[in-house]
This record gives sequence, structure tokens and C-alpha cells, in this order.
Amino acid sequence: MKQIVIISGKGGTGKTVLTASFASLAHNKVMVDCDVDAADLHLLLHPSVKERFEFRSGQTARIDKALCVECGKCIDMCRFDAIGKDFIIDPIACEGCGLCSRICVYEAIVMEENISGEWFISDTRFGPFVHARLGIAEDNSGKLVSRIRQAAKEIAVQENKSYILIDGPPGIGCPVIASITDTDLAVIVTEPTLSGIHDMLRIIDTTGHFQIPVKVVINKYDLNLENTRKINDICESRNIEIVGRIPFSAEVPRSLVQAVPFVEYAKDEVTAEIISIWNTMESILQGKNLTTKGVQ
Amino acid sequence: MIISIASGKGGTGKTTIAVNLALSLENVQFLDCDVEEPNAHLFLKPVISERMSAYIPIPEVAEETCDCCGRCQEVCAFNSIAVLPGEIREHGSVLIFSHLCHGCGACSLLCPLDAIREVNKEIGIVEKGFSNGIQFVHGKLNIGEAMSPPLIRQVKKHVDPTKTVIIDAPPGTTCPVIESVKGSDYCILVTEPTPFGLNDLVLAVEMLKTIGVPFGIILNRYDIGDDCVDVYARENRIPVLMKIPFDREIASLYSKGLPIIGYKSEYDSEFKKLLIKLNLNP
Ligand code: SF4
Ligand code: SF4
Repeated sequence: MKQIVIISGKGGTGKTVLTASFASLAHNKVMVDCDVDAADLHLLLHPSVKERFEFRSGQTARIDKALCVECGKCIDMCRFDAIGKDFIIDPIACEGCGLCSRICVYEAIVMEENISGEWFISDTRFGPFVHARLGIAEDNSGKLVSRIRQAAKEIAVQENKSYILIDGPPGIGCPVIASITDTDLAVIVTEPTLSGIHDMLRIIDTTGHFQIPVKVVINKYDLNLENTRKINDICESRNIEIVGRIPFSAEVPRSLVQAVPFVEYAKDEVTAEIISIWNTMESILQGKNLTTKGVQ
Repeated sequence: MIISIASGKGGTGKTTIAVNLALSLENVQFLDCDVEEPNAHLFLKPVISERMSAYIPIPEVAEETCDCCGRCQEVCAFNSIAVLPGEIREHGSVLIFSHLCHGCGACSLLCPLDAIREVNKEIGIVEKGFSNGIQFVHGKLNIGEAMSPPLIRQVKKHVDPTKTVIIDAPPGTTCPVIESVKGSDYCILVTEPTPFGLNDLVLAVEMLKTIGVPFGIILNRYDIGDDCVDVYARENRIPVLMKIPFDREIASLYSKGLPIIGYKSEYDSEFKKLLIKLNLNP
């Protein structure tokens, strides 16, 4: 069983469109949406939820006004400025470290468990799908990512699946690290813009740091051929294979409006390229030795 | 006055709006709080004059004082300390997993033997400079570092209240975004008219309601999808501040790291008017 994560550094480069197309092309797989912050893959996969779980993570402090004598020690000690002058705790600022409740000699502060989201195991016509919804203004997205990846892995092992397809979040921080850890291959989707290149370099360094093998896909490659050439050069100098160059198409947003994976929406050159990318990846994943590229 | 530019979904044009708004106003300070993937400097090309490391305090244990009582492990809510007791008489040891540490200070404060002191760990850098009269500040998270909020807090320490402050927030709706946006007088949400754009917009709206920052929408590439965002905005009485069509010229400027202001004059007054529409008094 191989785990493939689709990431980009920069948001909006076409990660989810590509993941959904792979979901349609690949056989015998489980899908996971690890962009728990702003999950979109379900809009294309149309899951019917089979099982629903609460995601509990971390704690938040609460001051019991009946016991509090307003000595102010907790306000001085909290490093996250989470306790207001009115001795009310701001649940968004509170990181749940519990320091205040431990130092309060009047035992006026209790720590309460957070319910910070929900996650789901669903059926789709493409196969099992694990996804999540992080509560509004909740943190710990990294832990939620790890939780749903573990669930996907259990399903994959139980049902003897060949692949886990992971739609990753943008950025390089905590949820991204949780999404790429222990994967067999990271596909970086970039675009020929200065921002796209800049962010691609940072995510290549991040995958390198965690020794994940990477391949690159250039989306909308024809929007700026000079920048596409720059991406070619960068990848060549770092010994990273570019597995596909997808042309710009005004049909992509329309396929989103129709809410279907692009490869099922249009039979054009974009679809042909995505099919070729998936075939390349499949042959890479089947047996071929994956070496870690992009490590400097 | 602080105006932040955010977006549930990435790649909708957040940085474009932030940069061009900054370029069309006077007496501006620009803070790029997308410390995981900072991009605004590619467009504003600031001359950096100051570079500072950003640290969080993490514990360091003096093995000779520590008797491996286990108190620090017990008080750490983030599992970033493990105490390994040694064989009888043989000294044990304390392991610190610094990437999990939030720097709360509980362990050092509550260690009964005062064996823990705090040392600085670099998590990224903050750079400050100038570009066309705009004061520029951004943060860059170190590769492999998980926690961006402490770095965002350090970037925001540089807010100059005598200026109009434009904050470019990271994409999404969770902790890094909240850290960037809170304290703003107004938040502009940039989105696009697709089911993805709408889905992520709704999450961003709920987040802003929770933290109590007023907001409006800019609809970018308004002609590429359907009218779902318009309908949503109307039904929820959210002002649509500006609509920008899909335009290959804008896309091409963007790809080269060039702003719209200065290249497409029809947008000069659009961006200037934006502030008036927000009904904020500078
Ligand atoms: S639990 Fe920690 S972060 Fe929350 S209020 Fe108490 S000291 Fe502050
Ligand atoms: S400072 Fe807080 S988070 Fe860091 S190790 Fe100590 S108790 Fe844990």
C-alpha cells in the first residue's frame, strides 16, 4: 500500500482538482482530505457519511468567579495574554497549557476538554473517503490530520487497498508536516508565477527535511512560459522529475460548478495530461525504488 | 487603522488585493503575516534594512540539579517533555521535544528543584524594510518548524498605529489566520465564484463572526464560475466591495510579480474608493 500526498505550498494551484481526478482514475484506493482547515474535496466526491466521530483535543481554562479573589497572578503568568482584566478567559487565545490552573492557590481555574471538530468515514462512488471538519476558531489541525490519516490507513490495511490519496493543506507548517509524514510520494502542484515558484521551493525544502520523495506538476504551464522554464531549471538542478505540464483551461472552474472530477467533465488535453500524470505516478509507485530528492 | 486581507481558500488573490490596496493609499505599513509562504515581497520588492531572529523560549534541564522527579512531564500539556528515570543510583535523563513545545513556561516555573531554565530557539526571522514609501514587515518561518502563530505575533509587534496598516493573512480559517486577523478594524475576504470559493468563504465568515471583526467580500475572477457567492452575500447581507473579472493581463502581471497599480490605470480609483466603502475613518 502506497501513500501519495498532493501538496503545493501556495494555495489555489489546483491540488484538489488533481486529487479528485486521481480519485477517479486510480483503482482500489482510500481518499483523505487533510486540508481540514478549508476542506473542499468532498464537494467533488459527494460522500455519504457512514460513521461520525468527535475530535477531542486539548483543553481550555475557565475561571470560577465564585472562587476567584482577583489576585491577578494568572494574568501575569499567562504567556498567551489569554486572561482579561475582567478575569474572563479568551478561549481563542488560550492554548490550554494549564499553567494558570496549577498556580492559582484558590483553585479557581478549571481546565475543560475541547471538542475541536468532527471527522467522518464516508462512502463515495470512488471508494472510502475520510474527511473532517475542524470547529470554528479551533486549533490542533495537525493532530486532526494525524487522526484521519491513521483512520485511512486502518481502512487501507483492512480492505487491502493499493493507494491512499491525500489532499494536503497549503503552507509548510503543522498540518502540512502532519500530512506528509511517512508518505511514499509527494506530488507538488505549482504554477508558473513568481509566488508559485517561491512557495514550491519552500515546500521542496520541507519535504526534503522530512525525506519524502517528490515529483512536480506544473499547472497552467502556458500562462507564463518563461517561468515554466525557470521551474524546469530548478527541478533539473535539484534532480526532481516533472511528471506533468497541464495547460490553462477556462473549463476547470466550470467543472467545479458541475461538481465532478475534471477528468470526468471534459475529454480534452487537460484530461489527457492528468491521465498521463497518473499513469506515470502509478509506474513510479509500483516497485520502482523511490529515492529522496530535493534534499540539499 | 488596521485592515487585514484574508481568504478561506488559497490562491484567490489575497496578496494581489493587499499589495494593490497598499500601493493606492498614503502613509501605509504592510505586514505579511503569511509566514509559511510569504509572497508580498515578490510584488513590493522592499529594501530590507533590518533582520531579526524570532524565538520561542524552550526548556533546558540542568542534569546535575534534576533528580528526575517527573513533575515537568506531568505539567506539560503538550507532551514535549519525557523523563526517563535511571537505574537505582544511576542518573536518569529528561528528553525535550522542542517542536512540540508551546513555550508556556509551566515546566520551568513548577520544577521543584529549579533545574529548568529557558533558552531561546529560533523559529524564523522577521524582516523590515521600505518599498515606495511603504513600510514593510514580514516573517519567514524556518523550514520544518510547525508553529507559525508565535512568529505571527512577533511580526504584529511592529504594527505602527500612526499608519494605515495592511495585513496579508495566511489562507484558511484556523490559528494562524486568527492570530493574523484579530485586532483588525476590518477584514476583506477575497474569494472566487466557485463552490470551493463559497465553501471556504462561509468558514471564513463564521471565523470572523466568532472573533468579532467586521468584514466584506471582494469577488475575484467574478466571471469564471457561477453566482453562488453573490447569492450568499445578498442573503447574508455581506457587502461585496469590489468585483474583478478574469483578465489574462492581470494573471500575466501576477505571474511576473508585478502589481496592477501602475500597469492598469482603470484600477487606481477602484482601490482608492475601497477605503471609503469600508466606512472607516482613517
Ligand atoms: S491555560 Fe495557559 S494559555 Fe490558557 S489561560 Fe491558562 S495560562 Fe493562559
Ligand atoms: S514550556 Fe510548556 S510546552 Fe514547553 S516543555 Fe515546558 S511545559 Fe511543555
